[in-house]
This record gives sequence, structure tokens and C-alpha cells, in this order.
Amino acid sequence: MEALLHQVLAGLATGGIYASLALALVMIYQATHLVNFAQGEMAMFCTYIAWSLVNAGVPYWGAFFLTVGIAFVLGVAIERIIIRPVQNGPVLGIVVVFIGLLVILYSIAGWIYTYTIKTFPSPFPSEALFGIRYMSPHQVGAIGVTLVVLVLLYAFFRFTPLGLAMRAAAQNPVSARLVGIRVGWMLALGWGLASAIGAIAGMMVAPIVYLDPGMMGGVLLYAFAAALLGGIENPWGAVAGGFIVGVAENVLGAFVIGNELKLAVALVLIIGVLLVKPSGIFGRVHVVRV
Amino acid sequence: MKLRLIPVAALLAAALAFPAAAQKKYDPGASDSEIKIGNTNPYSGPASAYGTIGKSIAAYFRMLNEQGGINGRKINFVSYDDSYSPPKTVEMTRKLVEQDQVLFMFQPLGTPSNTAIHKYMNLKKVPQLFVATGATKWNDPKGFPWTMGWQPNYQDEGKIYARHILETKPNAKIAVLYQNDDYGKDYLKGFKDGLGAKNAKMIVAEASYEVSEPTVDSQIVQLKASGADVLFNIATPKFAAQAIRKVYDLGWKPVHYVNNVSASIGSVLTPAGLDKSVGVITTSYLKDVLDPEWANDPGVNKFKEFMKKYYPDGNVVDSSNIFGYTVARTMEQVLRQCGDNLTRANVMKQAASIKNLKLDTLIPGIEINTGPQDYAPIQAVQLQRFNGQRYERFGKVLSSEH
Amino acid sequence: MTRKNLVLLLVLLAVACVLPFLVTDYRTFQFTLVLIYAIALLGLNILTGYNGQISLGHGAFYAIGAYAAAILMDKFGVPYWLTIPAAGAVCLVAGFLFGLPALRLEGLYLALATFALGVTVPQLLKYHHVEQWTGGVQGIVIAKPEAPFGLPLSADQWLYYFTLAITVVMFLFGWNLLRGRVGRALVAIRDHHIAAEAMGINNALYKSLAFGVSAMYTGIAGALGAIAVQFVAPDSFNVFLSIVFLVGIVVGGLASISGAIYGALFIQFIPNFADEISKAAPWAIFGVLMIGFVYLMPTGVAGAIRMLRARWAARQTVSMKVKLKEETP
Repeated sequence: MEALLHQVLAGLATGGIYASLALALVMIYQATHLVNFAQGEMAMFCTYIAWSLVNAGVPYWGAFFLTVGIAFVLGVAIERIIIRPVQNGPVLGIVVVFIGLLVILYSIAGWIYTYTIKTFPSPFPSEALFGIRYMSPHQVGAIGVTLVVLVLLYAFFRFTPLGLAMRAAAQNPVSARLVGIRVGWMLALGWGLASAIGAIAGMMVAPIVYLDPGMMGGVLLYAFAAALLGGIENPWGAVAGGFIVGVAENVLGAFVIGNELKLAVALVLIIGVLLVKPSGIFGRVHVVRV
Repeated sequence: MKLRLIPVAALLAAALAFPAAAQKKYDPGASDSEIKIGNTNPYSGPASAYGTIGKSIAAYFRMLNEQGGINGRKINFVSYDDSYSPPKTVEMTRKLVEQDQVLFMFQPLGTPSNTAIHKYMNLKKVPQLFVATGATKWNDPKGFPWTMGWQPNYQDEGKIYARHILETKPNAKIAVLYQNDDYGKDYLKGFKDGLGAKNAKMIVAEASYEVSEPTVDSQIVQLKASGADVLFNIATPKFAAQAIRKVYDLGWKPVHYVNNVSASIGSVLTPAGLDKSVGVITTSYLKDVLDPEWANDPGVNKFKEFMKKYYPDGNVVDSSNIFGYTVARTMEQVLRQCGDNLTRANVMKQAASIKNLKLDTLIPGIEINTGPQDYAPIQAVQLQRFNGQRYERFGKVLSSEH
Repeated sequence: MTRKNLVLLLVLLAVACVLPFLVTDYRTFQFTLVLIYAIALLGLNILTGYNGQISLGHGAFYAIGAYAAAILMDKFGVPYWLTIPAAGAVCLVAGFLFGLPALRLEGLYLALATFALGVTVPQLLKYHHVEQWTGGVQGIVIAKPEAPFGLPLSADQWLYYFTLAITVVMFLFGWNLLRGRVGRALVAIRDHHIAAEAMGINNALYKSLAFGVSAMYTGIAGALGAIAVQFVAPDSFNVFLSIVFLVGIVVGGLASISGAIYGALFIQFIPNFADEISKAAPWAIFGVLMIGFVYLMPTGVAGAIRMLRARWAARQTVSMKVKLKEETP
């Protein structure tokens, strides 16, 4: 029983990692209705930028917010320059561009920073709080940051005019244009925000898994599973999905199927959700008029 | 008539008496001015962290060439990327052997990569020298006379840890973390063989992980839950560091053996936290650049200067680089021994005739020895324990020389 | 097919037949790999180019074919030429079975599901319960087939001709399939699946069949690949392989049979070329080329060539008309 509890706690900790990246995925999806395969590598690349800043002597929180800003600009730039030309084309072209982006970012990060692992600082204290041993203070703090971002995101979409405009632009670009919303800039804004969230995710994840170019590779698949499970249009769902995936993966891996099939858990989840309830647990079902 | 034959006879006699000095023998890839060496390394893809080995070797040969080369010949080191994918390794190796016409292959990296070209190299009778993998199957002079390893093999290392446990903690309960690939399983096999069938029950928990997983925290939690008091950590640097840190954070204090691949102070113990790595036991054969014991060691200082001048982009504390440097020097020794006889057969012969080679980046007491029946150049290692600042070597230099 | 195209094709075939005698064994080996990739790409093209179902996991079928061949040869002593149809059959069934649930997935979601498949395959192959068959992480080493009946060919040359024969058969079969009713049905489903259903095409059947046939092609390519390289190991069938296949059909040309060949040439030779430009970032160059092709040549090399030939033909017609006009008073 104790072992189960410990696996659950460890699962919540890893789930926090998946949840943070899943939030970025949801952000992109809400803004553009696209699944961004390169999200993980973008987050990794921005984390390396943060690392360079910290290494150059910039204090942690300065580097943190500076990186978030740089990530935002990077996201907007990617949308305007790389994604814009193929956005209205066939889906395959978009997928190829995403994969190309993934590959390029991975290679450049490896080329500039080499493949040796680097440590990334954590803003949270390093000794265990209240003697909780199964989740380090950083992991608890990272979950906290994810939840704060989640709330801010929800508030942004629900209560601000800009958020409303973005949702409109994604759901019905034609009508949105008719009421005066600049759809193009809404999409760019969506990318910028997603990139910023991804950077935050990367900076929270790096102290746990260590910074190397392949850092997000393993996380990406689980983040996809999390986002789909919770509902790819629902930020609350994505975060909940992240925790569910983390716990399920750990518990199943430890007690049921063995560690050798943990990736298969993600595979089964993804396919299962897509087949059975594509809108996810917390998502809304869309009806498309034929 | 007879008088005129005498000088001819004398010349013939001289030529026969000093065959090596008079004749230069070359196979494809060797000439008066250069020796062409082939290599494949993962410069891209999942194992690209090891690509730095190829780069450090290339830098070493560049230095050698600037200093005049070997026996007056420059080394032409041709290295291709195989992305750690065996089909690519096969293709690049065939290119090196059949198209680029290299004299031999040196330090191709990876167990599956070398397995894929194993038969081919022996069929073509081209040396596959000092392969960069610790798998045990490279020491098979009868079956595969053209293939030779270099580093101490994983199974022997596993046996050394097993024996140490049997000697110091015969009632131990052992947990094992291992990477789910040939490297991890090879270590595990050696470890189990070292324990022996009747002690197999000492292992109370095993947990594997894939390279694509983000963390091994769940596996460590599982292993702790088994109640084990000894942990054998068969993980590559990133995961070994995570494991060391998690073990400490959980308040678990097993006797912690870490495999040699992840023994580096710079690449593993520092990210894990030096204070969290106290007590970690491993074996070693190479000096660790960050170990204060070697702070003024001439061999290590020469290595640091080499890195600064010839491979400034490389990370001087990454143990892969001192590895590349040391194996390149072994190769240099073999080539010097070849003299002007640069046939593939002679390269192999000289590789199998290294006697008591001491290199100043090897831990004192460890020498390189090979023979016609002994295709394992380094078989000695020493156990060492980390005390928070440096490794303290203990016990004797353990050798599995037969 | 026009007479001009037929002549061109026969010339190409003749060149392909003579090739092994003009180049070294190593180059013959490389061209064998090109042929193998061409078969795999044609398979993927049937599914993604003609039928519009995006697959980022076709490396899985390549792996199944490769392991089928390896296990049959290594554990059951089946002769190498029998493993090809066997691998094809296994993958036909596997593809069809995967195609059934895939029916409910569209566009990006299917890409995501197949991406997950591509990522998971190496781990599934290493699973210890199937280890005694798959050889686990050590993989399986296969013997190289020698030329039969004492023909004066090296092993590489023989394998090349064997592969060439299979390639010709697979391409003929594919060409026949795609220019007929099935091909039109597939394209109709891709372009407007609702209208297609309304016109009486059984979408479910055709889409699953497309998956099955596509997997069969890729599986046969995988089996040939295993024999050519003489080694299979789980980690060589990771998601990067699936990505490389996708790049191949995009660059070669979607919905084009000749595109499979251009794509195969690209994915075989460009990585070597990128390696020489920059040791540090060969994949970055690959990625840039991928994106570049999507922008500049969305119909791929095949489409570009078609366009050039059309322009050249048009110019011929115009100049002929001008000449006639000048000649007739």
C-alpha cells in the first residue's frame, strides 16, 4: 500500500512535467487548431537560451522572464515566417513543416551546446519540505507554477476581449474577420503565447531531467497523450490529463505491465482516446455540419 | 664470373637479412606519405553525446600530424556519421573499405553498429580495431581474428562488483537499475554470472528504462520499495545522475555501485550533486580530470593543453574526451610498431603484440597488454569510492587477465 | 501510357540492368538500398499521397517486414526468397488491422496516432516476452544469399537483380492498381470523402485496404532491407525512420509513382551529402530541405519534372505551329 502511494506521488511529479507541456500544446491548438509536433523542441531550445543567460551571470528570475519574452517573439516569428505560407494548404504540408522544425531545432541545439547534460538551476529550495520525500520541493514548485499558468490562461481566454478574439479567430476565421478581428495576428499571438508557455515548461522540467537536446523527446509523446486524454481544447483537461498519464504510467509500469512497456501505455492511451472519445474526458464534442 | 656474383650475392644476403628495413609493404590505404584510417561515430541521432569521441580522436591525429606524423606519414582520419543506426553503419563501413580504401577501421562506436559489420570485416580481412563498446564478444581471436576491443568489457566489470558484494556484504539484498539495451543487459549478465546461480536470489528487484523516457524516478521508487540495501546502477550519464539524486532525496542509503560509463565527476556526479554522490562506488581505468588527486598530474595537464589547443569546443571534463585521447594514443603505439610494414595483417599482428604499455592518462597500475590469444587490451580496473570531492581508490588493481 | 513514356521507361530499365557491371559492389549495394526505399515509399504514397491518410509510423511496418524475414531465415531456415512474400502477407494483415481503427481518425489525429506507433516500435521489439524470437537488443544476424545456379555474379550483384525484379513487379502492380477503379476511388476519398461515399464508394473498405496494401509494400521493402544489410536490431526502427519515409514522398512527389524513385534517391544520397557539408548538423540540413520543398516544390520532384516536360511540349507545339504558319502562304 505504501509502495502504491509512493508511485502515485512520483507519478504526480512526472505528471506535472507532462501537464506543463500539454498546456502549451493546448494553447497552440486553441489558437490555430493545429497539433504542433515541434512544441517540445521549441521548449527545449528556449530553455537553452535561459541557460545561456544564467551562465552569463543574469540572476534566475531575470533570466526566466527574459526567456519568456524571447520565447514569445520566437513563437510569433515562427508563425509569421514558417507556418503562415503553408497554413491554408494541405495538412500534410503542415505536418512536414512541423517535423522539419523539430529536426532543425534539435540539431542546432546539439551543435551549439553539445550533447553533454547541463544542470539548470531551480528557484525552489533544495531540501525537502516537511519531510516529504517522494516529491522534491522543485517538483512541488513546478506543479504550482503550472497551475498558476493554467489559471492565468483560463482567465485570459474567458474574461479578456483579446482572449475572446483569439478563440473566435480559431473557431471561425471568416466570421471573425467580418467583425473586424485581425485573424492573422491572432494566430501569431497564439503561437507566441504557446511558445512562452513551452519555455516555462522547459525551465521547470530541466532541473528534474537535466538539460540536453533530447530532454523533451521523451516528454512529448506523454504530453500528447495527456492533452488528448484531457481534451485538447481544454487547458484544465490537459493539466488533469497530465497527472492522470503520469500516475497511470508509473503505477502500471511498477505493478502491472512492467517497465518495458511504459511507452506502449502512451500509445494505447492516444489511440484509445482518439477512437473512443476524441474530445477527451473534459472536452466538448463538436458537431460538424456536412 | 664468380667475382661479379659476389656483390650480387652480398646484396641479396643483406636484403634477406634486414627484410623489414629494406622493404615497405603497403595494403590499400597506406603509402609513403599517409595512413588512411576509417571510423564511424554517431554524430547525430539519439547517441550523439558519444560523437565527441570521434572528434577528440580526430583532434589527436591532427596534433600528431603537426608534430610530423608517425614514421614520417600523416594520418588521414576519415570518420562518417552513422546516427547509431546499424544499416547506416554497414553502408558507411562499406564506403570506407571499398570506396575510400582505408587501411583499417578504428574505434567504430556502438554494440549494434559493430555487430552489423562484424562478419563483413572478417570476411574482407580488414582490421576492426579497438571498437568503442564494452561488449564481451570482441575478444574472440579464433572466431573473429580481425576484430579487437579496447575498453574493459562490461561483463567483467559486473563480475567485479558482484564479487565485491559477496566479499563485503554476503547477505545483501540487491536492486538493479538498467538501461533496456545491449549495454545494460551485458552488464546485468556479467553481474549475475559473478554472483553465481546459488546467489541469484540476492537480487530482489530489477527495473529497466528506455532512453526515450524522461526520468527514472519511478524505477528508483520501485527499487527502494523492494527493501534492497545494495543498488547497482547501470545507466548512462543523464539517467545515472537522476538516479543518484533521487536515491538521496528519498532518504535511501544503499551501497551504491555505479557503472564505469557514468563514473565521470563532471558529467554525472556534479549534475547529481557532489554531496548527494558521497559513497558511490565504481571502477575506473582512466584518470578523471576533475579529481583533485590528478590536479598536478603531468599526464592530465598534457591532456588539458591538448584539449585547449586542438579541441577547444570539446568539454574537457567529459570523460568521453579523455577516453578518445587515450585510445588514439594506443593506436599511435600500434602504428609505430608497424614501422614500414603497413599491411592489414601486420597492423593486426602489432595490435596483438602490445606489451605492458603504460599511458599517462591511465590509472597507475593499469597497463595495456595483448597477445595472439588475448584480444582484450585493458582488463584491469580499480575500485574507487567517491568521498564528496574525489575518488579514493581502494583494493588492488583487479585484473581478469587469463 | 504514351509511346514516348514507354520508350523512356524501357531505357531506364535497360540502364538499371546494366548498372552493376559499370560500378563497384559498394555502389551496387547503395542502389539496391535505393530500390528498397522506392518500394517502401510507393507504399507510403499509396496511403498518404493517393488516399490522403497521413502516416508518421510507417517505420513500424518496415520493422515488421524486416523482423519477419529475419526470424523466418534465422529460426526456421526459410530460404530468403520465400520470406519476401511472407513478410508481405504479414504486413498486409497488420496494415489492414491498423487501418480499421484508423478509419475514425482524420488528418492531424491520424498523424498523431501513427507518430505514437512509430515511437513505440523499438520498445515493443525489445519486450522480453518476445525476446527469444526477436533476439532482443542483440538483434539477429542474417547470412547473405549467394547467386544461385553458379551464376557469375557477386552476392551484391545478385541481390541487386533480385531486388530489381521485385521492384519492377511491385511497381507494375501499383501502377495497375492506381490507374484503375481502385486508384480513382482512393483519390476520390482523399479529395472529398463525403461525395465519394455518396457516390457509392465503400469508404471504410477502401481506406482499410489502402492501409493494408501500403503496409504490404513497406513490409516487403523491410524484408529486402534486412537481407541487404544482413542485420536487424530494434533501435534502428525508431521514429526517425518513419520521418525519413515521409520526407521521401514529400520530396519525391505525392500521388506519383515516379516520385517514389526520386524520393528514394533523395533519402539515400542526401544524408551522405549533408554529412560532408557539416558533421555537426546533418539533420538540420535535412530539415531545411524538407521545409524548402514544401514551399518551393509542393508537388515534389516528380511534379516539377512533369511541369517542365509540359512546358517543353507546349513550346514544341507552339514552334511547330509557327513553322507551319510560315511555310503555308
